[in-house]
Amino acid sequence: MAVLTPPSAAGRPAAGRGRSRGGRAGGRRQVGWAFVAPFLLVFALVFLAPIAYSIHLSLFRDQLIGGNHFVGLGNYTQALHDHAFWSGLSRVGLFLVVQVPVMLGIALLVALALDSGRLYGRGFFRISIFLPYAVPAVVATLMWGFMYGKRFGLVASVNEHLHTSLPDPLAPGWVLASIGNIVTWEFVGYNMLIFYAALRVVPASLYEAASIDGAGQWRIIAAIKLPAIRGALVIATIFSVIGSFQLFNEPSILKNLAPNAITTYFTPNLYTYSLSFSGQQHNYAATIAIVMGVVTMIVAYVVQLRGMRKEV
Amino acid sequence: MARPHTARLHTPGRPRRSVLLTALTSIVVLYALLPLAWLVVNACKTQPRLLDSFGLWFSGHFALWDNIRQTFTYDDHIFVRWLLNTLLYVVLGAGGATFLAVLGGYGLAKFDFSGRRAVFAVVIGAVAVPGAALAVPTFLMFSKMGLTDTPWAVVIPSLISPFGLYLMWVFAAEAIPDELLEAARVDGSGELRTFFRISLPLLAPGIVTVLLFTMVATWNNYFLPLIMIKNPDWYPLTIGLNSWNQQASTVGGQPVFNLVVTGSLLTIVPLVAAFLLLQRYWQSGLAAGSVKE
Repeated sequence: MAVLTPPSAAGRPAAGRGRSRGGRAGGRRQVGWAFVAPFLLVFALVFLAPIAYSIHLSLFRDQLIGGNHFVGLGNYTQALHDHAFWSGLSRVGLFLVVQVPVMLGIALLVALALDSGRLYGRGFFRISIFLPYAVPAVVATLMWGFMYGKRFGLVASVNEHLHTSLPDPLAPGWVLASIGNIVTWEFVGYNMLIFYAALRVVPASLYEAASIDGAGQWRIIAAIKLPAIRGALVIATIFSVIGSFQLFNEPSILKNLAPNAITTYFTPNLYTYSLSFSGQQHNYAATIAIVMGVVTMIVAYVVQLRGMRKEV
Repeated sequence: MARPHTARLHTPGRPRRSVLLTALTSIVVLYALLPLAWLVVNACKTQPRLLDSFGLWFSGHFALWDNIRQTFTYDDHIFVRWLLNTLLYVVLGAGGATFLAVLGGYGLAKFDFSGRRAVFAVVIGAVAVPGAALAVPTFLMFSKMGLTDTPWAVVIPSLISPFGLYLMWVFAAEAIPDELLEAARVDGSGELRTFFRISLPLLAPGIVTVLLFTMVATWNNYFLPLIMIKNPDWYPLTIGLNSWNQQASTVGGQPVFNLVVTGSLLTIVPLVAAFLLLQRYWQSGLAAGSVKE
């Protein structure tokens, strides 16, 4: 039942294994590798090699005097004392603890509503809430950016027509929330679908037992539905954590509209990008990227551990 | 699904429909569709009207066709070029990624070999690695190999979809009975032939699902082409649109907001259409695959 374990069928021996013996089984094994080999080859090229190279880069420093030389963990010490890095990290941390629960909460509520069978036009709801997922982050950010904008934005129109004074969504104090809104809009439907799909495979016998015991809807949700989709909840949380730590597209595109609110180190990913491609500091950029990778993996691991512990 | 007498309280039966719940959920639908409505409405406006009229209603003469024509012809048909580039990246990237995921997932699900668990651990571990951690070293590697500023720089990293592999693995384990493969073997069918003739058709819903999701990933890709491609002739749509948007804030640049809006609309139409038309396939693929524990 654990989240990140191989699918059940992989765990049990393939059928017919007992019957085929000797050379045939050995041949079968090789065939299995042959099917997996193309994936693994490309995987090694675009995942393993860059990670190894990244680690290598992070141990060196390029200087005007002395050229490229080994500095051991020097870059890492620098990162630990880097105000810009910490500022970006705490910003995505804040984003994570606010945006992720809001988004997953809405997604879960909608999934439960769909699954309850009490909605008119379920199919329409499902597909239309999911649709934003098909919209590229660039287009989503451009759209919302236009709507946020002062020049022809909706916020400006609303203020003008209704004489309200809604705050400028692109002001420094609000821009992170505005980005959170864009990300929520993009992914709420995707997560809803993951939860909904998980709810659909809950065995009907459980509901029957509950109804015989006289359990109400809320009780069924708390006692059956939520525990049954814990795996999906944990997976969605892990993906959202990873997404938050990687935040790049939205702030990078909005930067054009809000150059004062979004700095070059607004998120760690944006910082890595500016270090590398505007500053040519490839070694230090690789270091920041590795630190972020480790932080992400630790948090994802903790989420998984907590999710599984509740399961016992 | 005939369960007449217990059908009152539990989900799989036919509970009474609720207007209140429908109304509450409609708020989320409104939220999801509002920006898309904004996009459609504003793609019908000329640039001056776009800048000075209320965002959520039509204004001025109906300029959609004119905008579309302009989008396609502006700057020597560069938008067409970007569209073709995107198609190239999607066909090679998403097609290749799906192919590798299907082969790999099938191999992992249906052949018992040692090292299978190790493969699983490594690939799942890779999901947690942030894209940026890979981007810089991949860029440096590719630039040494002379691949930057070519389509390969975008296509090759798109070929790996850990999520796709996982989905195909789970899906193949469920969808293909071992007895069927065993019967084919007894009949003397070769493994490759068995794969193409027997397994592939059974995997269809899973394949459509993986294909759609890798298509979205490549069609919507921004970060990778942003670092790999400097030559506008190789831009995909996403980078191109953003460069049009930035044009207004560069010195001496001509603002083309109506083209940004119309181009955005044209960019999302193919994917939205694909999701709508293939609903039946990817929803069953997702249901069977992604969340079985």
